[in-house]
Amino acid sequence: MLKKSLLALSLGSLLFGAQAMAADYKIDKEGQHAFVNFKISHLGYSWLYGTFKDFDGSFSFDAAKPEASKVQVELKTASVDSNHAERDKHLRSADFLNVAKHPTATFASTGVKSTGAGTADITGNLTLNGVTKPVVIAAKFVGEGDDPWGGYRAGFEGSTKLKLKDFDIQKDLGPASQEVELIISVEGVRQ
Amino acid sequence: MQWRNSARRYGLVSILLHWGVALAVFGLFGLGLWMVGLDYYSNWYRRAPELHKGIGILLLLAMLLRLLWRLASPPPPALASYSPATRRGAALVHALLYLGLFALMLSGYLISTADGRAIEVFGWFAVPATLSGVDGQEDLAGVVHRWLAWGMVGLAALHALAALKHHFIDRDATLSRMLGREHD
Repeated sequence: MLKKSLLALSLGSLLFGAQAMAADYKIDKEGQHAFVNFKISHLGYSWLYGTFKDFDGSFSFDAAKPEASKVQVELKTASVDSNHAERDKHLRSADFLNVAKHPTATFASTGVKSTGAGTADITGNLTLNGVTKPVVIAAKFVGEGDDPWGGYRAGFEGSTKLKLKDFDIQKDLGPASQEVELIISVEGVRQ
Repeated sequence: MQWRNSARRYGLVSILLHWGVALAVFGLFGLGLWMVGLDYYSNWYRRAPELHKGIGILLLLAMLLRLLWRLASPPPPALASYSPATRRGAALVHALLYLGLFALMLSGYLISTADGRAIEVFGWFAVPATLSGVDGQEDLAGVVHRWLAWGMVGLAALHALAALKHHFIDRDATLSRMLGREHD
C-alpha cells in the first residue's frame, strides 16, 4: 500500500515534475518569427536600424519558474543588413564586425532574474567580434499559447546596449554613436 | 595633329584616350585606397566615394569609346623592329588591360548597385542597377574589385616599364608615337 502510493507519488512527481520543468523551445527560424535588430544613432540626429538575417537558437522557459529559463543564440555576423549594400559591406569589414575573422556571434545565458510581472534580466555571455563579455538583456515576456497549426509557442522581446569599443569595434562614428542597442524579438516553438 | 590614326602615327583621339585612361586608372586606384581609410567625420568621407564612382563610370564610357574608336580608326601596326615574342607579349598585355579594366569597372558597379541603388554621376545622370540582390554580392564584388585593382595597376606598371625599355634601351618609337610623333 505504502509502496504503491510511494511509487504513484514518485511516478506522479516524475511526470508532473517533467511538466513543471521548463519546456524547451526552438526559435522559429523556419517561419522567421524572430529578429535580431540593432539601432544606433546617426550623428545624434536620427536612428539607424539594421538586422541580422541569419541566426538560430533555443530557449527553455516555464512561466511558473522564470528564473530557471535559459537561452542561447548563435548568429552569422555576415548576415548583417542595414538596407544599404555599401554600408553593409563596410559593416562586415575589419572596421566593424570583421566577419571574415569572426563569422559567428553567440549569446548564452548564465542566469535569469525576475524583475516584475513578465519581465526579467537575462545575464549571459555575448561573444561578438571575437570578444566575450557579460551583458544583461532586459527581457519582456510577450505571450504564449497554442498556435493555429497544432504547435505551442512562446515569445519574448529584449534589449541591451553595447559599447562598440567594448567589443573591439574600431570605427569611431562620433560621440553620439558610441553605443548600439541590440533588440531581440523571438518566438519559440515548443519541442 | 590629325584626329584619326594612320599607319605611321597615332591620332589625337587615341592619344588623349590612352593618357586620359592612364591618369584615371592610377587616380582611381589612389583615391580608392585612400577613401576606405577616411575618418567618418572627414570632409571627404562622402565626397571621395562619389568622385570614385562618378569618375569610374566616365572611365567606363571612355573605354567603350576607345573600343569603338579602335574599330573606326585602327591603331598603327606594331613596329617592324619588334620580335615575334614582343608582338605576342604586347598583344597579350594589351588584351589583358582591356579585359581587366572592364572587369574591374563591372565589379565596382556591382558593389554599389547590389541593393538596387543607381550610381549617380555628379548629378548629371544615373546608371541604374541591373544585377542586384545576389547573396553576398557586394562582398564578392568587393573582393574582386580589390584584387583586380592591384592586378591592373601592376599590369599597367609592367606596360609602362616595357614602354620605357623600348624608349631608352631599344631606342625605338614605341613611346614617342604614343606622344604623337610620326614614325617610319
